[in-house]
Order: sequence, then C-alpha cells, then structure tokens
Amino acid sequence: MKKLLPAVYNPLLLAGPAIDQTGVEERTTRFTKRSIKAASKMQGLLLTLRMIDLTTLEGKDSVGKVEQLCYKALHLHDIFEGLPTVAAICVYPSHVHTAKKALLGSSVKVASVATAFPSGQSNLPIKLEETRFAVEEGADEIDMVISRGKFLAGEYAYVFDEIAAIKTACGAARLKVILETGELGSLDEVRKASQLAIAAGADFIKTSTGKIQPAATLPVTLVMLETIRDHYYKTGTMVGMKPAGGISTSKLALHYLVMLNETLGADWMDPHWFRFGASSLANNVLMQIAKEKEGCYQSANYFSVD
Amino acid sequence: MKKSTNRISVLKTYKLYIGGQFPRTESGRSFAALDAKGNKIANLCLASRKDSREAIVAARAALGGWSQRAASNRGQILYRIAEMLEARKDQFIAELQLQGLSRSAALLETNGAIDRWIYYAGWCDKFQALFSTVNPVASSHYNFSVCEPMGVVAIFAPASPLLGLVSVLAPCLAGGNTAVVLADETKSLCSISLAEVLNSSDVPGGVVNILTGSKTELLPWIAEHRDVNALAYTQRDHTTLSSLKTKATGNLKRVIHWPFTDWSVNKAQSPHLIMDLQEIKTTWHPIQQIAGSGASY
Repeated sequence: MKKLLPAVYNPLLLAGPAIDQTGVEERTTRFTKRSIKAASKMQGLLLTLRMIDLTTLEGKDSVGKVEQLCYKALHLHDIFEGLPTVAAICVYPSHVHTAKKALLGSSVKVASVATAFPSGQSNLPIKLEETRFAVEEGADEIDMVISRGKFLAGEYAYVFDEIAAIKTACGAARLKVILETGELGSLDEVRKASQLAIAAGADFIKTSTGKIQPAATLPVTLVMLETIRDHYYKTGTMVGMKPAGGISTSKLALHYLVMLNETLGADWMDPHWFRFGASSLANNVLMQIAKEKEGCYQSANYFSVD
Repeated sequence: MKKSTNRISVLKTYKLYIGGQFPRTESGRSFAALDAKGNKIANLCLASRKDSREAIVAARAALGGWSQRAASNRGQILYRIAEMLEARKDQFIAELQLQGLSRSAALLETNGAIDRWIYYAGWCDKFQALFSTVNPVASSHYNFSVCEPMGVVAIFAPASPLLGLVSVLAPCLAGGNTAVVLADETKSLCSISLAEVLNSSDVPGGVVNILTGSKTELLPWIAEHRDVNALAYTQRDHTTLSSLKTKATGNLKRVIHWPFTDWSVNKAQSPHLIMDLQEIKTTWHPIQQIAGSGASY
C-alpha cells in the first residue's frame, strides 16, 4: 500500500460557498416527495439493510449484548431467505475483540468509535492510543469525533492536525470523522467542518454521535453530500458519507437514498460509500420488507428485540 | 357600524385525528358529508390505508403510557371528557340535527353520551377489584388472576353518531386500551368534533385516533394489521363480521361483537363491556404451605 504523508493544514482549505439554509430546506423537502414504485422500494429497502452500521454505544454494553448484535447482523430475519447482512457493527473499542470474533468469516465489518467518544474531550496522545488499541483489536473502521470546542473557538489547525494524526494511526482502517453537527450551530459551520475533515484525510464524514440532539437531518446531510461532491469535482477522489442518529424508519432511509442518488449519483449507492448509523432502523426496514412480502402491516412483536 | 348582511361564513374543515394532531389524509382525497335531505354539509377526509397505519402506530406508541397510568387518573380524564362535552353540548346538538335527527333525539343522544363517559369514569378504578380473583388451588401457591388491557383496539363505529361511538370508546379507554376508530361513513361529523373534545380533555395524544373513510377500503388493512390486538364491531352485517374473524386470525386478534341497535338502553353500558376488552393474566406465586402445617391461625 502507498504510504501517504500526513495532510498539511492550509487556511485556504476552509474557503467555500455560504450556505442558503432556506434553499437547503426547500431542496430536502423535495426529496421526501418522490414517488417510489413497489419494485424500486424493495431494492431501496434491501440496499438500506446493506448500508446499516448496526450500532450499540451504551455504557451498559456487555459481551453478551455485543454477541447478540453480531448474531443479528448475520441473521437479520431468517424467515426470509436471501436477505443481505448489514455493512458493519459499530461498538466501543473494548468490544471490538468480541465483535471481531463473533463475525469471523463473514463480510460484516467491525467499526469502533475512538478518540474519547462522544465528547472528544481528551488529549491527543490518549486519543491516538485509543485509536491504535481499537485497530490492534481488529477494527476495520474507526469513527472519530472532532474537537468541537476547538473548532468553534476557531482553532482549525488544531482540529485538522488531530484528524490527520488519527488518520495516520488508523493505518489500513478506514476513518470516519464525526462532525457532531448538532453542536456546530449552523450549516455554514457544517460545510467548513466537512471541508476540514475531508482535507485532513477522512474516508467518511459522519453527522453525529447519536448522543446529541439534533442528530442527522436531511439538510445537514445534504450540505455534507454537496461538500463531498465539490471535493470530487475538484480532485476526483470519492469520500463516503454516514448520517447517524435519529434515522429509525425505512421511509426516512429511502428519503436519504433519494437525496444521495440525486446529489452524488449511482456510484455512491453502495455500502462502501454510504452508511446509516442506526440501531432500530434495521427492524423497521425488515417490517417493511415483511409487509411487501406478506401483504399486511407488521408488528414489532414479531421481530427481534434490539 | 353598519351590519354586514353578506358576510361569507367560515366553514369548519373536518380532518382526521391521529396521534393528538389533526392532519389531512396523506392521500389528499375527500368525500362529502350529506345532511338528511342529501345536501352537502362539508368535505371529510377519505382516509387511506397509510392513514390507518399511522393511526395504529400512534395508538401503539401511546399504549404504554395510557395503560400504566393510575386507574383513578384514567377515571379523572374520562370525567374531564364528559365535562368538556357538556360545555360544547349545543355544538353537538346542532350537528346531529344537521345530520337529520330531531331536536329531542339530538338532545337525548348528546346527554346520553355525556352520561356514558361519567358512567365509565367511575368504573375505571373499580372493575379490577370486581373481576380479579384469588383462585383456590391444591398446591402451595398463591394463585391470582388480574385484568390487563388487550392493547390496540380497532373500533368500527356504530351508526349512532355520538352515543354509539362513545359507548364503544369509553369501555375501551376505561380498561387502559388505546383505540383506532373508523367512524361510520354516513354520519362522521360528530366523530371529528368528538376528537376536538378529546384533544382538549387531557387525553394523551395517540390514545384515541379517529379516521373518516370507506369501510370497504380500510377494513381489510386494519383487520389484518399485525399490531392491532382486538377488533370491536357493532353492526349486524354477518358477512362483514365473519370476514373480520377470518382476517383476524393472522395474529389471533380478539373480535368483539356488540350488535346494539339502540345505544340508549341500560344494557349498552356495563362493566362487562370493559371486560370484553381485557385479557386475564393468572400468576402462580410459590408460598409456604401454611394450611398444610396444620396451624389453625
């Protein structure tokens, strides 16, 4: 593999268009009004399942809980044959080992949050150490949080260098950079943080930790997708996108897919480039698939307990 | 100031009642509510199956809070509904007359509905004591049976537009169930006005959801919905009833049939109607066999 030099901060990286919030909201509303026919809907639902990062990030997570989640990742709803698996399991670093073992031999990736998730309030050596620990335990992907305090205080170089350092520590693992858009205050800041993260080496940009409200929203995700698009036009490099938190219904997930397709195009309609960070979305999608197959509306009682 | 004689009257938009909100149907369709002479009174939402699904989702979400509320508090809320209905009595009488009832019949219907809420308000925290039991068993167990709400109840409302609807809804709510009501097609006005009363009576959003629309269209979707626990049917159409029973088998819904034609009779109110929408849970609790020890305490 080509050894990449760490990216270098340059204030010009932050130059970008001002965001028209009303325009963004107007545009995202339109994504929710598309008519989707039954066959396309089914494809969308199956694609959604393949894009899910099945997540458990609770203080009460245990080995048993992580093993149960991994089992679910591999056996979404065995009554239906031919269902795909989810893209990845997302856990805390201390559970990577358990998840890795439980998913052995499957194509489901293990993602681990790191860098003092969810607040990011720690120093760089500790964050690097935590990242290396997660990678050594076997994480295929690292979900880091940016230092929002520093970012909002205007210390962009600090945030940039931190992301670049973590990227180096990740080695072969793909890096998702969580902007925690709910704490950034405006769409302009979201755009700026997205550009910063992409320039510093993010393989994915991700909206939220899921611990702060608001988490992922359509407007915030659109701004991030457009940043990815502009970056692609400029450099030809693809960057992934992961909205996380608050996406719990298949209807909403389909809105996201419509937005993705109309903003970045078919190349991004793949789990390699787009993920949903979610815990309850999978069951909702399964209920929709069951409804399409069985012809009647479903009840959560007949699906696994998350 | 000169009194204007050609003021344009402001007509009410009758919408659906789902999850404590008054949305229009997502389908954008409507149908005409007619008065006794066949003149159009208002446009009503022609609810779609997606509206019925939204309503059931709302009813399911509200079930935990409503069923776990203190029974006495549920009683207070039912009493509050009666108070609010009393305050808006004239509106209901006028609406019933508009739909073809005589003034005296409209008054009876409205008063009957108010009294029915009061009747079931009283039963909220009492029927459990009457119908729960401690059962004699021949082993060292304390064995008791208690009432629990069935869950989400779909009500196909009777043609009696106010009293009939209340007579089905009140025992359902008194027992801690949540409801999705499909109003009778011919006289739906009062059901939406009743929703406004419920909405201003401390009834949490989602506990009652009211749809106006076509029974033929919505009935199969509701009857087959896996997240509905019971169906309450009130008419005498046995073809519909048997079709409900067939469709209910998917998740073993209870089908309750209350075929009253006159809802003002005494028989149309009873704690047994609350019990029709209750499941019985029996618990075996191991105890020391006191009686077997021979002590004559």
